This record gives sequence, C-alpha cells and structure tokens, in this order.
Amino acid sequence: MFVARSIAADHKDLIHDVSYDFHGRRMATCSSDQSVKVWDKSENGEWHCTASWKTHSGSVWRVTWAHPEFGQVLASCSFDRTAAVWEEIVGESNDKQRGLSHWIKRTTLVDSRTSVTDVKFAPKHMGLMLTTCSADGVVRIYEAPDVMNLSQWSLQHEISCKLSCSCISWNPSSSRAHPPMFAVGSDDSNVTYGGKVQIYEYNENTRKYAKAETLMTVTDAVHDIAFAPNLGRSFHVLAIATKDVRIFKLVPMRKESTSTGPTKFEVQIVAQFDNHNSQVWRVSWNITSTLLASSGDDGCVRLWKANYMDNWKCTGILKGDGSPLSGSSGQPTAMSTVVAILGYQNQGVFKANIIM
Amino acid sequence: MEEVDVEPAITNIPAASAGTHLGFAWGPGDILVYETLYKASGAIGSGCPCIHEVRKDEDIYSPILRKLFNESHHIFVGLQTIGEDLPSKNKKPQFVSISKNYRSVIRACMEELQQVVSILLAIELIWNLCEVLFIDAAPAGSLLLHLLDWVRLHKADVDEKAREVLQSESPAEHHDYWNVVVSYVLQGRLEEARQMLVKQATLQPAARSMYKLMDTLLSKMPFYNPGGTQTLTEFDVKWRHWHEEVDRCLQDNSFASNKHLEVICKILVGDEDTLLEHKDLLSTWYHFLVTRLLFCHPTVKPTELHYYAQSCLTMFLDSRSVPEPLDSILLAAFEFDIHQVIKDCSIALNNWWFVAHLTDLLDHCKLLQSHNLHFGSNLREFLLLEYASGLFTHHSLWQLAVDYFDHCPEFGRVYLELQIERVPLDTERKALKVLRICEQRQMSEQVRSICKIMAMRALRNNRLGSALSWSIRAKDAAFATLISEKFLQDYCARGTFSDLDLIDNLGPAMLLSDRLTFLGKYREFHKLYGEKRSGEAAKLLLSLMTAKIAPRSFWMTLLTDALPLLEQKEVIFSADQTHELMFCLEELTSLNTTDEDTELTKVELLRLALARNLARAIVKEGTVEA
Repeated sequence: MFVARSIAADHKDLIHDVSYDFHGRRMATCSSDQSVKVWDKSENGEWHCTASWKTHSGSVWRVTWAHPEFGQVLASCSFDRTAAVWEEIVGESNDKQRGLSHWIKRTTLVDSRTSVTDVKFAPKHMGLMLTTCSADGVVRIYEAPDVMNLSQWSLQHEISCKLSCSCISWNPSSSRAHPPMFAVGSDDSNVTYGGKVQIYEYNENTRKYAKAETLMTVTDAVHDIAFAPNLGRSFHVLAIATKDVRIFKLVPMRKESTSTGPTKFEVQIVAQFDNHNSQVWRVSWNITSTLLASSGDDGCVRLWKANYMDNWKCTGILKGDGSPLSGSSGQPTAMSTVVAILGYQNQGVFKANIIM
Repeated sequence: MEEVDVEPAITNIPAASAGTHLGFAWGPGDILVYETLYKASGAIGSGCPCIHEVRKDEDIYSPILRKLFNESHHIFVGLQTIGEDLPSKNKKPQFVSISKNYRSVIRACMEELQQVVSILLAIELIWNLCEVLFIDAAPAGSLLLHLLDWVRLHKADVDEKAREVLQSESPAEHHDYWNVVVSYVLQGRLEEARQMLVKQATLQPAARSMYKLMDTLLSKMPFYNPGGTQTLTEFDVKWRHWHEEVDRCLQDNSFASNKHLEVICKILVGDEDTLLEHKDLLSTWYHFLVTRLLFCHPTVKPTELHYYAQSCLTMFLDSRSVPEPLDSILLAAFEFDIHQVIKDCSIALNNWWFVAHLTDLLDHCKLLQSHNLHFGSNLREFLLLEYASGLFTHHSLWQLAVDYFDHCPEFGRVYLELQIERVPLDTERKALKVLRICEQRQMSEQVRSICKIMAMRALRNNRLGSALSWSIRAKDAAFATLISEKFLQDYCARGTFSDLDLIDNLGPAMLLSDRLTFLGKYREFHKLYGEKRSGEAAKLLLSLMTAKIAPRSFWMTLLTDALPLLEQKEVIFSADQTHELMFCLEELTSLNTTDEDTELTKVELLRLALARNLARAIVKEGTVEA
C-alpha cells in the first residue's frame, strides 16, 4: 500500500473522527478544537475544505453522515454532553463559486447528563433515526418523523445499559428475516461487572428494544464495535475493539412460534488477534466486509482478511514512522498533495517497480 | 493445504510524533489515516497534522491495465455463455481457444507497457503452462511437444542472437556462433541447428565427414507426430534406436577431435552434466527440465512430470539460491496441484485479475473440485467477487464489474446490490446508467433509493421539475406530494407554473399521489382556459372541488380562478353548477374563522359574482329558443 495523497487538515487540535459520506465524495472531520470541517473531493481527486464551523463547547468525539436519501445531513457528539444534527443549506451562487457551503444546526439533543461518546444513524430502512450513547450508560434513539423538517426529533427509546457506554453499532441488514438490532460496547474497566458488549433487538409486539445477548467473554473495556455488512448470510458478524481485536459470529437460533422474547443467539468467536499488543481503539469494516481495519495503542492500523476457507490473518500494517512532514503541526499549512509511493511487494520475479 | 506464512507488509505513514494513535476511515477504494489519541478520559493533544489517503498498490488507474480489464471482460462474458448442452470433450477446443484469447490480451498489453513486462511475462508464462497441462491436458507424446513450444515462446533471445550472428561478415567465426547452435539444439530446433552447422562445415573441409555424421544424427532424431499413424510405443522404439546410435558415436569418439560437436553429441544423448554446464544458455530450470525430457524421456507422461520437475529445480539452482515465488508456482503446476497454483499466485501477485480469470476458466473446464466454503460459495466465486469488488471503486471500470457479479450465482447479486448503491451519482447521465443496470436486474430497492437521492438533491437545489420526475420514477408518493405542494405554493406566489412541460406530460404518473393529480388537473384547467374552452374549463374547475381532488387549502384560489369565468358576457356556469360553487364557498367560509379584510372582501366579491351568474343562468335556461 502507499500514501497516495496527504491533506493538511487545518484543525487546531487533535482529530477524533473522520467520516466519509455514503458515496465517498465528501468527508467530515471533527476535533478537540470543537469544530467540524466538511471536505469535498474534486474530479481530479483533490480535497477542498468547503465548510468549517464550531459545533460544540467541548471536544467533538464523533461525526457521522445520514444516508443521502435524507439529503446532506451530519450528526456530531461531544464531551459537552450534547449531540447535534446539521443540515447543509444550498447557498448563494457566489458562495458556490467560491466553493463554500453552509451548515446550520437543526437540533441539539441535550438529554444526556454526561459526555456523549458515540452517535450513529440507524439503517435507512428504519427512517431517519439517530442513536447516541453516553458515559452515563444510556443509549438514546431519536426519530425525525418528518424528514423535511429536521428540527423535530422525538426521543423514542431510552435504554439503560448500566455500564458506561463508549460505542454503538447498528446491524446494517435490512432483511426481513430478523428485526432491527444494535450492539453497545462499554469501556468500564472493572472486569467483575460482566460482559462489556450487549446486543439489543427490537420487539414488534412490545414496540421496544430488549436485550437479546450479552457477550460474557468480553470482560475488558470495549472501545469500538462494528457489525459487518450482511451480504445475504443468515448469521451476523461483529468486530470488537478491546484489549485485542475480536470477531464474533452470532447465529440466530430457531425460535418456537410461541416465543415472544428476543432471539436467542449462538455466539462463536471467529478470530482473536493481539498483534497490537495493547488496547485496540477502533475497528471498522470496508463496504463489502471483506476487510477489517483496527487501530491500536501501538500506533498502527492493521488490516485483516479472511481467505476463502474463512481463516483470518493480517494482510497489511500502516505504521506511523515518526518523521514529520514539512510544515507540520501547530502551523496551518497550505493545501499540499504529497504523492509518495512507498512500495509494498513480494520478493522474487514480481519486483516492486511495477504497480499492479 | 498449508498456508504459506507470509508476513504482512508494513506501510509507513508520515506522522509527526511517536506515542500517538492512528485513526482511520474506510473509503471507496482507499483508507484515510490520521494522527489522533484514543484515551478513555478524552485526550487533548497538540496541533494536528495531516490526513493521509492510503491505497493498495493494485493501481487499476493505469490506462494500459484498463485495456487489460476491458478486453478480458469480453472474453469472460463469452466464456460464461458457452453452450451448456455440449458434452465436455466437445468444449475443450473452445476452452483452449479462450485460453489463447486471454493470453493474446496479455501479450497485447505487454507490447504497450514495456516496464510492466516482467510481471506480465511471468503471468503469461504461468498461464501458458496451465493451458498446456490443465486445459489442453496433452497426453504423453504431445505433452513434450507442447512443453517445447512453451519454452521456445518464452526464450526469444536465441533468435536475436542468431540474427546478429547471421548478419555478421563471417557467421561461423562470430564469437556467439556456437552459443547459437547449442541453444538451437537445447530447444530441439534441429533443422535450424543443421543450417547453422553447414556454415561451419564449409569452413572446415577436412572435418567434412564429422560434420556429415552430426548432420545425419540431427536429421534422424524422431519427433512424435500426434496426428500420424504411429503409436506412442512405436515412436518410443524408434527413438531408443536413435538414442543408441548417438551413444555409439559418443563411445567410439567420433567427435573427439571437435569439442563443440562433442558437446552437441553429449546433449543429444541427454547427458545431465553437459546440460548443466550450459546453465547460462538454458537460463531457467524449466528450460533445463524440458531439454532434459526431450533428450532422455520424450514420452514422458503428465503424471511423471513432477518428479522430473523437482529434481531439475534442485539440480539447476545452486546451494546458495532460493527458489522464487515463480518457481514454486511452476512446480505446483507440474505437480498438477491446481489449488496450490492459484493460492501461490494470489499471494505473489498483488492483484486478483490473474487468479480470478484463470480460476474461472479452469472451473469451466471442470478442473476444480468444489470446496464447500464457509458461506457456501466456492473458490471461483470468491476470487471473482474479490476482483470485481476491486473494479467497483473505479470511476468507469465499475461497469465491467457488473457482468462479473452477474455470473456469481451465490453472492453476486447481493454484492452488486451493496456496491452499486455507492456509485457516486455525479451527473444525471451517470445516475440513469446506474438505474438502467438496477432496473434490468429488478433491483427495485436500489432503483427507489437512487431516484430518491436524486430527487432530494434536486429539491435542495430548487429544481422542482427534476425533483418531481425523480420521485415519480422512485414511485415515492409522499415525496411527490411534497413537491407538488411546492409547485402549488410557487404558483400562488408567482402566478405562473414552472416546468410546464413536465406537468403537462405526466400521464398516468399523475395518479401516484392525490396532490400530484391535483397539480396535473389544475394545470389542465389553466390550459383549457388559455385555449378559451371555457365550458370544459369550468366543468373541470368545479370537479376539482366536488370530487375532493383539490385540497381544502386551495379552494379559495380555485374560486378566485372562477371569477373571470363568472364575469364573462356569456353564461358559462349553469345554474346547477353555480349552486355547487356557492355550496363550496359556504363550506369554506363556515370552516374558516379568518376575519382578514382581504379575505372578507374576496368572499363578498365571489358571493356577488355567483349570485349574478345564478340569475343570468336561470334566465338563460328558462328562455325558450324562438
């Protein structure tokens, strides 16, 4: 792999999250400098910052895009105990010429009493629904019943997970074979408090979310969690960032027709990697769920892939090399594109001067 | 099958300081990496540097490789449609032909891309061997001939050297002369060797008988003719006789006085040591293998190959050198271990193009046993899915990927559904292209979603006509209603409609939503009025209210529209119709408690106009025509 391009991000403090939009043509970044920036990719592949504004009164932890069916909508969450929803307003023509756009706040969600640690939109087939989780252990699900009026959100569900929450992930599957489901991770480090990953499932009859499963084998603090895209499988795959990288398979067990409770799952661990030798902070799947990436305390990003026999192994490592780019931190640098080809190749006949 | 343990490669990311974490975000075809700090309590760090876009080396953006992908796509699609009804053995020539097509595509690309030649050469070499061994599956006798062709094809430098020698003043005295002769012999090109030797023979009349003897030996070497009447056994007998004759020449020192001819004689008899002395001319162990087989065991059977291959590899490489990935792959091929070949190629080659297409072809030849994979797919499909997924991230090659997904029966469709939604809809043209693909495959949810995205985008940019037509295509009644409302609001504000063409030509789509129907019919009213077809216009206007097509909020506007029709010299609304209009007005005013002056004035005006019209209508209807 190689670094194709480097973008001077211009945040005045640490970046905590970067999120691509659905089509990969825009990106949002959020930072401890309390602002969010939106970047647009031009036809020649260059990134331009088209908006930058202060969003919260504390560090912004996560930023996420809604599905483009709902327009250009972002959500952010922060240490300041709030989450916010932003919508892009199509500006005056001279703004467009200058390549700028405006985002306005549609709503602030203030129900949390502690830092809001994650914010995610539910899968689009559920409508425009936003989920937050907080350090106070509560998961909140909001819905905007009228997608043309983003200032109206109602709190539909408030779920107490008992442990401080750090991350949520929705099962992206829209199959009617199973009800909506999300997983919550807790970063509570006390191992005696039991499993740190909980799975909640929607019940059609009670119209509420009920806990379907707790992964008891995950007892250390969980920092990130991610359901893999479903791809027509009957079971679910969940990746967890904890003291190592773990991949679980959740197989729904056949329900008796009379059973009204949540689905029972058979939980199997598919893979476990401690290569980071330390805490793992993020996990994320690529679009086809053929690659998992993880980031850890060792300052590396590792890529994991399963071969066709479903054996997982590490297929690549991205490592910070400690050498600063010219014009580095502290000073806002001009937009620069550095194309550095650092080859990755195997030995022998297939030598590295070829990019293939 | 054991996994070769290959260490994952490390890519360095320029980072400002040690002790930080790397954050990441997956994108289409790349991954963004940035410096950050993950700490449970919330970290405050120093100023932030850059976000890096990291991509895999498989640079499918190279235009030459794009040609490779495009051309092989045609071949792939053609292969999938080879008649299922033909029995396997009849299909073999077609498969061989397809294999040759793939290879010619590789060669075409090689010509254009000189620097990439080494990789392309290697994959063509491997593919060629796979074609010989697996697809053409030559039996003993033909096998060696095919292998000879294979070696000759991949050792072109002999001809270059020969040309150089022949073009010199005195070829027989050229320093490379004997190298050329020996190279020809090593490749079994005996006719050409003889022609070269003639030049030497003329220079040494004293040794004429020796050269004559060599010429005879060379001309008498039997080569198996697969199309002929001779059986393999008969050929073998003949060959052994010849072999003995050559050996006899060696034993009785017929060529002892000419070291070059002696060497050639030893080669003809298959002496390993002599062959190994010419490593520089052979240059590869597999050339050594084929030459050795040519002169020791030309009737070699496919099943015997691996034994010779392994020993030749060992003999050829000296103790210092390590087999390279290419060597292991070729060895696996000689061992007929197709799965190992595919696996080693997947690891050694940094892209999926080669293994995906080759495996697909081998699968069609029914050479792959189907493994039941973890999620029920098989190796062929796994590789095709990987290859096609890689194509999907490219701004124009993604269209090729569609065909590949189409031919993956287990997961092709779901992969396509997932990925086609992510194709950026930069222009309307591109969106229509994506839509056509989805519609052809009855991917109704994707169609709906794409239309909705386009409708939303148009609405945000205030292009109501475009938004409306996209929501009609999405069959999104709610959105169509919303946009129709906007049209009507627009009309109320400005007094004219925008996008008249669209509204006039709605056709049956009008029925998607009530509001849309009203919009269409209301516009129709305006058209009728404009064409002075007042009677029809009046009837339509009334029906909009009485049939409850018009929303109550619009009735005032409709009634106001009726005013000019009421004020005309000619009576347009009949008495009954006027009564109905009055009724509507009363319905409206009884509900509304507005006491705005303008509203009241309007109501009064209407009442007056309606009353006057009623009077005139009654008179008109009561009058007997004279």
